[in-house]
Amino acid sequence: MTYMQQAGFDRELKKGSAELLILSLVEHRPRHGYEIGRLIEERSGGSLTFHIASFYPLLYRLEKRGLLEGKWVEKAGQRRRRYYKLTADGRKALAAQRNSWAAFVEAIHRITGAEHA
Amino acid sequence: MPENQSPDWKQILRAELAGLRLEPGREEAVVEELAQDASDRYDDLLGRGVAAKEAEQRMRAELSGEPLSAELRRIFRPAADSPVPGQVERQQWWRGWGRDLRMAARVLRLNPLFTTVAVVSLALGIGANTAIFQLIDAVVLRTLPVHDPQMLANVDLIHRGRVGSTVGRQQELSFAMWEQLRQKQQAFSATTAWSAETFAWSTDGALRPANGLWVSGDFFAVLGMQPALGRLMGPSDDHAGCGAQTAVLSYAFWQRNFGGRATVLGQKIVLDRQIFQIVGVTPASFSGLEVGRSFDVAVPLCAEPLVHPDESWTRQATTWWLDALGRLRPGETLNQATANLEAISPGIFAATLPEKYDAIERRDYLRFSLRALPAATGVSELRKDYEQPLWLLLAISGLVLLIACANLANLMLARAGARQREMAVRLSLGASRGRLVRQLLVESLLLAMVGAAAGAALAQALSRGLVAGIGTTGDPVFLSLAMDWRVMAFTVAIAAGTCLLFGVAPALRAAGADPGLALRSGGRGMTPGRERFLLRRGLIVTQVALSLLLVTTALLFVDTFQNLVRVNPGFNPRQVAMADFYFSALKLSPERRLQFRKELLRQVQATPGVMQAAEVEIAPVSGNGWDEFIDVPGSHVERKLANVNGVTADYFRTLQIPILAGRTFADSDSPQSPAVAVVSEAFAKRFLGTGNPVGKTFGDRQDGGQPDKIYQVIGVAGDTKYYDLRETITPIIYLDNAQRVTPDQDSLLLIRSGEPLATLTESLKRTASEISPGIATTSWGMRQSILEGLGRERLMATLSGFYGALAALLAMVGLYGILSWMVVRRRSEIGVRMALGATRRGIVSLMLREALVLLGIGSAAGVVLVLAAGRTVSAMLYGVSPANPSVLVMAVAGMAAIAVLASWLPADRAAAVDPVETLREE
Repeated sequence: MTYMQQAGFDRELKKGSAELLILSLVEHRPRHGYEIGRLIEERSGGSLTFHIASFYPLLYRLEKRGLLEGKWVEKAGQRRRRYYKLTADGRKALAAQRNSWAAFVEAIHRITGAEHA
Repeated sequence: MPENQSPDWKQILRAELAGLRLEPGREEAVVEELAQDASDRYDDLLGRGVAAKEAEQRMRAELSGEPLSAELRRIFRPAADSPVPGQVERQQWWRGWGRDLRMAARVLRLNPLFTTVAVVSLALGIGANTAIFQLIDAVVLRTLPVHDPQMLANVDLIHRGRVGSTVGRQQELSFAMWEQLRQKQQAFSATTAWSAETFAWSTDGALRPANGLWVSGDFFAVLGMQPALGRLMGPSDDHAGCGAQTAVLSYAFWQRNFGGRATVLGQKIVLDRQIFQIVGVTPASFSGLEVGRSFDVAVPLCAEPLVHPDESWTRQATTWWLDALGRLRPGETLNQATANLEAISPGIFAATLPEKYDAIERRDYLRFSLRALPAATGVSELRKDYEQPLWLLLAISGLVLLIACANLANLMLARAGARQREMAVRLSLGASRGRLVRQLLVESLLLAMVGAAAGAALAQALSRGLVAGIGTTGDPVFLSLAMDWRVMAFTVAIAAGTCLLFGVAPALRAAGADPGLALRSGGRGMTPGRERFLLRRGLIVTQVALSLLLVTTALLFVDTFQNLVRVNPGFNPRQVAMADFYFSALKLSPERRLQFRKELLRQVQATPGVMQAAEVEIAPVSGNGWDEFIDVPGSHVERKLANVNGVTADYFRTLQIPILAGRTFADSDSPQSPAVAVVSEAFAKRFLGTGNPVGKTFGDRQDGGQPDKIYQVIGVAGDTKYYDLRETITPIIYLDNAQRVTPDQDSLLLIRSGEPLATLTESLKRTASEISPGIATTSWGMRQSILEGLGRERLMATLSGFYGALAALLAMVGLYGILSWMVVRRRSEIGVRMALGATRRGIVSLMLREALVLLGIGSAAGVVLVLAAGRTVSAMLYGVSPANPSVLVMAVAGMAAIAVLASWLPADRAAAVDPVETLREE
């Protein structure tokens, strides 16, 4: 992964399109920040990664908008961690973003697919 | 890679975020979350085989620099008051007070012991302060309930000694002076003169005392007063030789005795056997111009010669019985009024010069002058006597409140320590420090409010008790103690002040907790900083110093009171009753009065239970007096003042005053025989030279330059106090009442009897009514009356004693508190010491030493305070000096005893520490 790739993804985060990734990852169960970050990296095969400096502010912003709810959880034998879970508003926002993303992907696909065809 | 070599991400992050100045709780949460992530990733990198150094560099690059802090600032800054993620709504400073109050109430309810201690000590402190302030308000500060009281001025007579008589509490002017003043003055838009006298009011066939006011016609107009009923007196009611006499009742008197009925108008009221017609009632708020006294009925000055037909005050040029009051013209100042009065003074005194004065008296009289003094708060003897003691008591009770506050602050500091974990949790959950301080202050405020409310209620009872204590049975004090705005403001101000005093430091302390530290340490083992020890110790030292000051003051006042009670007045007042018989109703001619009084005395002497009885003109040590200028022929003694009393033969036996030489009066001494006198030992020594004084003569100066009246000394009596107990012995002349034809229509008797006062009073009443039903009589105990005369001293001794004890008690509680707290804090240290071989005794003395050091510093400061404050109280002391070493030693010893008492229990507890257990806890 090059620095350029990272910078590019950071910009995406700032633009807000990475919100979808985070919201989807906590859709079914609460996860802590490190876990979310690691999952994004793993599932993208290492092509999507991020800086702490931009990832956590995004989490906090989502929380501030009421889409996520953070909570300190202490488990036996572990350090306490802050877990983020989707709120009802977050669920609506996720559905809406999924729809528009699907529409966007389809549009891209149609354009790019048509040229290949 | 061993974990302990992993960089301290928290520290790195804290440094990064320092510039942001986030709320501490939020900062701590962000740091914790991000540090975990950084640490995990760092471990990941290591796991992937990245060299430790490079991994650290990469992570540092991610965390450092503008992006992170810029982002966080953008998110958190605009909502500076909103806590960490989780709380969306923006807080405003005025929000949540109700919640804070409910929370505070809950916290206080859950700590009933603390709350009770706090509220009780605050209630005592605030109550004591409010009660005394209420009195100060009533006696010193409150303005008269009349129109524009600030524009009223008292006309004050400046003189250096004057010869004549004063007959009441008002004694500035003679009637002649008043008439001149009224005609000549231009200082005021209007003036009025007034005086007070107790009338014998005939009602339902009995005589009862009524507080009367003599007022000039302009009185109510000058005060700007409207009647509550009927009309008030006007100039037409007050003219020389007025026949139709009018009377105006006070509202309270009207309510009490006439049921507040409007039909009272036009009714008659009989005062000193003169018939007055009731024409109106004054407003309820007005009780007269004298603070501490109320009036019942006001009558015009012009009726005075009718009430005192034999010796009218109005006609006497040397009887001072009037006070004058003026209303300033709009825009005029007191200084301007004084200038005007000074300008007209020579004219007034030249026109009223008493004919009977000799050359010296004339010269002095013509030097008199008048000035204007503020009169907005009325006039008061009470104020003269009690203003200084009351301010002093307010200072004392203020100090007690300060000590109580120090105690509470100490208590709150201890609680702040105990609540550190609670505060840490709340900080971590996102509460801001400001919010926590506010919450804690609301708790203090609630305490202060409850304490103030209880204190204000307590003050009502206390101040009423105080008023009762100031008055005497024969001379009750009347003060309106309503809670006016000034008292309200005072109570609220001291409540707020105390709240700040005991609340702020602990609140800042508690909210200043480091959440990370407090949470990790599990609320135990927090190492208290040196600073905290200092603050709490400083509070104790202050308490000890202030308590010592108050205890010493109390001892001084108690000493003063006891010294006065123990003073030998030169006579024995025990088992002596004083009885006043009024027979003005019999309308006896002056010649017959002497015979009547003789008969009355004989009958009283024959009354069962009476051992001795004598008539006296001036009751000794009653504050009353009579003096005369004397000359001793053939010596250098010329125009010297001596105190005089008129008595009958048995006076000395009744009061057990020894006759040192010669004899007392006998039946053979009569108005026709040569004038004789008994003199006191001091008189003989000072004026009669060496040799036997019996048989020598002295002259009593007569008015108008007539030759002296010569008296022959027939006996020398032991010295006695004359005016009051505090004075040094003065020369006294006793004249024989049987030789003096006086116009008095009453007879004051001193009666020695083994009977209880109540029984004796009944017997005396029976005797009086057997002689004539027209005789009114009152009686009281002489010793009781002398003790009541010490009201001021008793008040100071009682209250300062009470406050001193309270202060000492509070200091004891405070000392006990801090030592107990130190024992808990130093348990492990004590455990270690004991494990290393310290004995039980050693531990006890360690703790006691702590207490004694605090006591020593506090006492030293206290002694300095005592010496500095000495001058303030010295004028109020008798027979003891403020820097009295024995009193100081006693006070310090008392405080030491208290300190040992307070520290014994904690020290004992410290010595009981089990070293094994404490070490295991470590």
